[in-house]
Amino acid sequence: MSEMTVDNSKRRFLVAMSSAVGGVAALGAAIPFVGSMMPSARALAAGAPVEVDLSKIEPGMKLDVEWRGKPVWVVRRTPEMLGLLAKHDDRLTDPASEVPQQPDYCKNPNRSIKPEIFVVVGICTHLGCAPTFRKEVGPADLGADWPGGWFCPCHGSRFDLAARVFNGSPAPTNLVVPPHKYLSDSMVLIGEDQA
Amino acid sequence: MKKLLFLLLAWPLAATAASTALKLDRAPVNIHDQESLQRGAAVFVNYCLSCHSAGYMRYSRLTDIGLTEAQIKDNLLYAADKPGELMTVAMRTKEAKEWFGAAPPDLTVITRSRGADWVYTYLRGFYRDDSRPTGWNNTVFDKVGMPHALQDLQGHMMPVMHETVGEDGKPHQAIERLVLDKPGRLTPAEYDALVADLVNYLAWMGEPAKAERMNTGVGVILFLSLFFIVAFYLKKEFWKDVH
Amino acid sequence: MQKILTWVDERFPLTATYKAHLAEYFAPKNFNFWYYFGSLALLVLVIQIVSGIFLTMNYKPDANLAFASVEYIMRDVPYGWLIRYVHSTGASAFFVVVYLHMFRGLLYGSYRKPRELIWVFGVLIYLVLMGEAFFGYLLPWGQMSFWGAQVIVNLFAAVPIIGEDLSIWIRGDYVISDATLNRFFAFHVIALPLVLIGLIAAHLVALHEVGSNNPDGIDIKKHKDPVTHRPLDGIPFHPYYTVKDILGVVVFLIVFSAIVFFAPEMGGYFLEYNNFIPADPLKTPEHIAPVWYFTPYYAILRAIPPVLGSQFPGVAAMGVAVLIFLALPWLDRSPVRSIRYRGPKFKIALTLFVISFIWLGVLGVLPSTPARTVIAQVLTVVYFAFFFLMPWYTKNDTTKPVPERVTDK
Repeated sequence: MSEMTVDNSKRRFLVAMSSAVGGVAALGAAIPFVGSMMPSARALAAGAPVEVDLSKIEPGMKLDVEWRGKPVWVVRRTPEMLGLLAKHDDRLTDPASEVPQQPDYCKNPNRSIKPEIFVVVGICTHLGCAPTFRKEVGPADLGADWPGGWFCPCHGSRFDLAARVFNGSPAPTNLVVPPHKYLSDSMVLIGEDQA
Repeated sequence: MKKLLFLLLAWPLAATAASTALKLDRAPVNIHDQESLQRGAAVFVNYCLSCHSAGYMRYSRLTDIGLTEAQIKDNLLYAADKPGELMTVAMRTKEAKEWFGAAPPDLTVITRSRGADWVYTYLRGFYRDDSRPTGWNNTVFDKVGMPHALQDLQGHMMPVMHETVGEDGKPHQAIERLVLDKPGRLTPAEYDALVADLVNYLAWMGEPAKAERMNTGVGVILFLSLFFIVAFYLKKEFWKDVH
Repeated sequence: MQKILTWVDERFPLTATYKAHLAEYFAPKNFNFWYYFGSLALLVLVIQIVSGIFLTMNYKPDANLAFASVEYIMRDVPYGWLIRYVHSTGASAFFVVVYLHMFRGLLYGSYRKPRELIWVFGVLIYLVLMGEAFFGYLLPWGQMSFWGAQVIVNLFAAVPIIGEDLSIWIRGDYVISDATLNRFFAFHVIALPLVLIGLIAAHLVALHEVGSNNPDGIDIKKHKDPVTHRPLDGIPFHPYYTVKDILGVVVFLIVFSAIVFFAPEMGGYFLEYNNFIPADPLKTPEHIAPVWYFTPYYAILRAIPPVLGSQFPGVAAMGVAVLIFLALPWLDRSPVRSIRYRGPKFKIALTLFVISFIWLGVLGVLPSTPARTVIAQVLTVVYFAFFFLMPWYTKNDTTKPVPERVTDK
């Protein structure tokens, strides 16, 4: 071995080049393995958008559907219910829905596309329980000022009929409104944003 | 010496030469021909999927051959509600066994086990045989349990027999060719083209990732060739030290 | 950086390990083509472990679900097809690389004193690898998986007296069933890989203890630099053999990728056509052949005729054919290691052995006919003669004088 003729800069260059190409190779090899942990076609098919026929929902009633394994509520709110919504903004944590818990097109006082039809994911933003639908106004157990909404039995979070959380609830934010769009007047597709 | 080595390597070859194999027609498979694949998919859904399932294949995968979800939904979803579902079949295994003697096999990967050429020959090899319960027999699948599902398209074929001498030295009756006895809705050329589309589709369905596999492969090998050049000079440079 | 290194070195021999096994592990400078396959075997091991882990995330070891879960991986899992093809091609690549690695040992006498244990660990690795491949082959639950396992497990039934109970114990049932699949899965994904890694570690520790052999089969430690005490014909593994092995790895990956992306079935040898049909315990495929890497032994099994209606002699011959490699270091009585300085007798013997091994492999794939059985019997005799006659033909061979220093490079 002789160290006489070593061109160190050439070596450094070649080592750097090899490291770079080898690094790219390692990254490229990681793509399929990391990618394989994304939802499969089966999971995507199971989580595909769900069509809901609104004509089956009576005014004031709630329909439960499953989307991506989660309960989604579709409520046809009556004009009285909608009327009550504006009257308790001072008692809400986020009355104007500033926190992005809904698509932009639902960032309005009703948190919906059409005022009467309300679509929301039925999972409490506190610890994931399923709140119960309490549409009656001022029941004994919830107090005279209860305007109708959802009450979470686990830790007592309270939400109004636009699923906005009341002050003093353990839940930090309003319930999530999923992406949805109208296919026709009586058909809504949950899971796909409106154009 | 070299010659001797060659002989030694080759001598068992004489004894291991390939035995007689079934003569199959070549299936004109081209998985890049999307129009053919789409026509084949339609034939498959209309004619095969009523008895055979393709239970590992999702309708939505047909977007890979240029169909839109809406097209799939409108034209091909007879047995399912959503494009994300698998191509399963309503017929129950037990009933099928009673009708055909055996449950119709799942067709998702049929061309991967049988080969496209076999399927192509098979689908064109049905002929009338009154000794069979279904009235049908097949040139590449003797005593087949399946009736000729495409008979209204192809029509009825009759075998032309001829005499051959078999391996045992005795004369045998063998099928020389099939002739059209009762025409179907398609001409023979049209029927062959339809079966070609169907087999093309079956071949594609056997491995829908094949086109992606080939494309990825080209990129990977080009990249590795670049890596080779770098690695070659790296090795050469360091090994200058070694005398 | 230096501080961290010192901190670690005071607690863990990091620098010392690096020096002992890479920077100051002196390997002979005359390694040739055949010396790539050791590092390549290690690479394939890593490929198999990584791709195997990701397959396990979606595979279901259940007789009702296994076949479908493999197709699910091939179709629905993102890049699942690639991971599966990498694993199936990797299985064959492992045997290609290991066979070439073993052949290198035969060529240059790498199993001779003081490297007997390296060789013994190596043969054990080969044995475990065969088990690993066999267990893994059942998992896709296709026709070949099922019937291949059926045939191999039934071989154990040929063992006198306990055979029947033994095969039932292996299967956990009277036929290959869900219970068999489940336990083979356990063996394939955890039990044998652990043993394999342990053996590979032992193989490498033993190698680095005595140092690598080389194509001249001479000891490079005999001539050391009087000042540095480094072998004059040795070069540090790093950087010289790391850069050389990188080149080997890239070439290997090009070939490997060509198969994975353009011929993953390899004409039915890496993925057999019948294995695209779900396992059916009531219907035997017309022709059952094991995967190509087992076929030489399968041909030996079929070549031995049953004695008194018992298949046991064939089974025993097959077992001996594999295990006899363990005895190689003690069968070889030649004064030299490398084929370069051996006489014509060993060269002819090795050539005949390789030919018999390859042709037994070819015959093992084909359905047997009387003519082929005779050929297989001749080849089986040649195969065993290579080992059993070795003490004689190596001892009275006309060897050439061995050089003091390594010759090429």
